[in-house]
Amino acid sequence: MLPSTQSQATEAQNKDKIRQIVRDHAGLGLAFENVSYSTDLYRAGMTSYASVALMIALENEFELEFPDAMLSRSVFESIDSIASAIESLQGVQP
Amino acid sequence: MSTPVTAIEVPELTASEAFQQALAVAAKHADDVDRTGRFPSEAIDALRSAGAFGWGVPREYGGADAQINALADATLELSRRCAATGMIFAMHQIQIASIVRHQAESTWFRNYLRRVVHERRLIASATSEVGVGGDMRRSIAAIERIPNSPGDLVRFEKKASTISYGAHADDLLTTVRCSPTADPSDQVLILTDFAEMEAEPTGEWDTLGMRGTCSPGFVVRATCPADQILPVPFAVIAAETMVPFSHILWAHVWLGISTEAFGRAQNFVRGQARQNPGTTPPSALRLSELSVRMAEFRALAQGATQEYLSLAQEERRPTLSTIGYAVRINNLKIAASEMTVETCQSALRICGFAGYGNAGPYSVCRHLRDAYSAALMIANDRLHATNAALLLVYREGK
Repeated sequence: MLPSTQSQATEAQNKDKIRQIVRDHAGLGLAFENVSYSTDLYRAGMTSYASVALMIALENEFELEFPDAMLSRSVFESIDSIASAIESLQGVQP
Repeated sequence: MSTPVTAIEVPELTASEAFQQALAVAAKHADDVDRTGRFPSEAIDALRSAGAFGWGVPREYGGADAQINALADATLELSRRCAATGMIFAMHQIQIASIVRHQAESTWFRNYLRRVVHERRLIASATSEVGVGGDMRRSIAAIERIPNSPGDLVRFEKKASTISYGAHADDLLTTVRCSPTADPSDQVLILTDFAEMEAEPTGEWDTLGMRGTCSPGFVVRATCPADQILPVPFAVIAAETMVPFSHILWAHVWLGISTEAFGRAQNFVRGQARQNPGTTPPSALRLSELSVRMAEFRALAQGATQEYLSLAQEERRPTLSTIGYAVRINNLKIAASEMTVETCQSALRICGFAGYGNAGPYSVCRHLRDAYSAALMIANDRLHATNAALLLVYREGK
């Protein structure tokens, strides 16, 4: 089944919001300029400390809690992967 | 915890005559190794003869396919006799596991694993570096590709703040940035042969304890084919293998030290009891208290080993990269490193001046001095700082 236009719009909005949070919290400095949705944020210089700040900011902004199984490097390595994690949580967490 | 996993049992390894021989050799030379601060060459030679350097290598490359529980048992037994020997054995097995679990079918590394078994090679590691403030997950040294070189050569130079048994190992596993422009945390591991590189010691290893590990700083320089870089980012190797393997095997080194100190204290109390048959000496109560601490210590180390064993299976492996696991494995290191000092101190209180003397069957001096290194190997304060940050997002039991 094709995704509806509405969910595509939400997805794009989410990614924009995530990109802003990454800009403010991932501590990438000038490297942020080159960050696309698929850029590996850790390879771009995000430290594990910065990743914790990013997680907290995301939980605040999207009003959700990441369960332990999601608190892993693979989930936070790119805007794309963060967006799909958030999408899967928005499905279950009202 | 899920169903306990039965790893491939290798009792024949630790029960083998050759390993028992190595234990006896380690015990015989432990005091001299400590006093003179020299490499435990007799015990390491005995382990080499026993084929112990290849124990962690899978059978398809000629190894014994020993899993972490068997390696932990061997580490504990060695460390009861000589903690330096136990630590060297443990560190070697940590490097082997990092290669075995992350070589990703690399032809060069598969051949290398065969060579480890056949040539009985000993591997050291250079994960520390001058200038990064003790953070293993950051490097200054970087791989530089040599353009148009035959065999796609790379080179690096690293100022390692410590390389344990660096002057006695055959090969070296080093963390470096993957290119001169890479971020400090964008690291890989590269394996080089000491015979084909320069390694200059930059200081001496004259320490309070763990004197036989001979771990001074080194400047290392090497040029080698790019094939000798492990094909998986160090971030993954660290989370899935190097950190948990280190903390679990180190915990068994420290448990070995404390087990021996407890044994000496128990012998001391028994000796007192024999002088006054029919009465329980006052020190027996202290021994009973210490035995509670030892039970906690063993449970801690065994629990972490079993959990890792159950998570090492392919489908459960992603759990190793979660924040929850990072917190737990750091907790193991902090707790075990504190317990080893506390238990050795209690043993000293029980033995009194018989324990305080450097010689004799009740001496626990070497054990106490060796135990003090535990809190410094990846400083506990650094692990607390990491966990403090991780606990801002990780919720226990969720």
